[in-house]
Amino acid sequence: MESFKTLMIILLSSVLVDNYVLSRFLGICPFLGVSKKLDQATGMGMAVTAVMLIATAVTWPIQYLLLNPLNLGYLQNILFILVIASLVQMLELLLKKFSPALYSGLGVYLPLITTNCAVLGVTINNINDGYSFIGSMVSSLGCGLGFLLAMVLFSGLRSRINDANIPAPFKGLGATLIAASFISLAFMGFSGIVENIFA
Amino acid sequence: MMEKKSSLSVLLNGIIKENPVLVLILGTCPTLATTNTVDGAFGMGIAAMVVLLCSNIFISLLRKIIPETMRIPCYIVIIAGFVTIVKMAVQAYLPSLYETLGVYLDLITVNCIILGRAEMFANKNAVVASALDGIGMGLGFTLSLTLMAVIREVFGAGSFAGIAIPFMQNYKIEFLTKAPGGLLVYGLLIALIYVVTKGKAPVKKSFSCEGCPHASTCHPQDCQLEGAEK
Repeated sequence: MESFKTLMIILLSSVLVDNYVLSRFLGICPFLGVSKKLDQATGMGMAVTAVMLIATAVTWPIQYLLLNPLNLGYLQNILFILVIASLVQMLELLLKKFSPALYSGLGVYLPLITTNCAVLGVTINNINDGYSFIGSMVSSLGCGLGFLLAMVLFSGLRSRINDANIPAPFKGLGATLIAASFISLAFMGFSGIVENIFA
Repeated sequence: MMEKKSSLSVLLNGIIKENPVLVLILGTCPTLATTNTVDGAFGMGIAAMVVLLCSNIFISLLRKIIPETMRIPCYIVIIAGFVTIVKMAVQAYLPSLYETLGVYLDLITVNCIILGRAEMFANKNAVVASALDGIGMGLGFTLSLTLMAVIREVFGAGSFAGIAIPFMQNYKIEFLTKAPGGLLVYGLLIALIYVVTKGKAPVKKSFSCEGCPHASTCHPQDCQLEGAEK
């Protein structure tokens, strides 16, 4: 069981230092694809955060109550991806039925998340890092918030790029990737500060 | 049914014309994450190629048995199975590569290239063509990853596959081996491809929803991805 201080370090370092998109390169596809408009970026970020939290809440018990006692660790990959895929589908159905307002905000992004490597990545990383259940949930929350932060910042930058006069070879993805590189550079500045805040 | 193509063109298609990394812009996550060393990039390329080849063959064999509506879960299970096999083999025989790749080995499961090829090619074509497509796409993936890694490692760390290059050691641009350097090199390479092909390379936009790895799970009218506007 982690102390409150450790939990805060896990949270802040997964938002700022080890940002999933900008320093670990997980979930780059939605980051580049859905960051054109601010509202879409926010919606996608929140949907990813929600799915990460739910996926961790389900896969952590599976690993520790099912796979580990039965020595089935090698099934981790197959089981986790199936669980995530079916969870996302179920969540979409439930939202459609019970909360149309929320569905129109978040639901449309859900199908895109099924094969998002950030979600599978966070569940596997939580197990590899040996976090407790609470620690895993905090780390998922941090990763989701980090994703949301990166998406929102980047959509602001992209609306500026759209108005700029860019040389032809860099139009489109070239300029987008280089802009992402600058944001990533800015996030590199956070490395090392989180541990020292609580020292 | 796709028109019949010669086996050579199927093979070359993946390496040049529809290069998954530099032209189709698929599988960006491992491309950026594992290309800071040549070893890691080459290992990742080969591992993904083996999974792609096996899953393409398997899905092509089963293409008449798998029901249309259940195909995505079936593909995912097949792919995840092969990823597990490859992961265990790498862990047993190449422990240092296993350490380098870490969680990215697991994440081959959700690599867009593999699910994308299953959806675009293997479920419509015969076994031999699918196998060739897997090899071609896999080689295209490996080559572009290795190219990026050579640029990043030679200029960023002054070494090649871990062996120091004497002259380059004095002029290291360490930034290139870090995360932002990966994005920068990728952006520059895509611009370079544009210049080399004089803008004739097919852009992602010109591929219809069929080419999108998410196509199976989303509805065109809700599609949020770039270039999906009708």
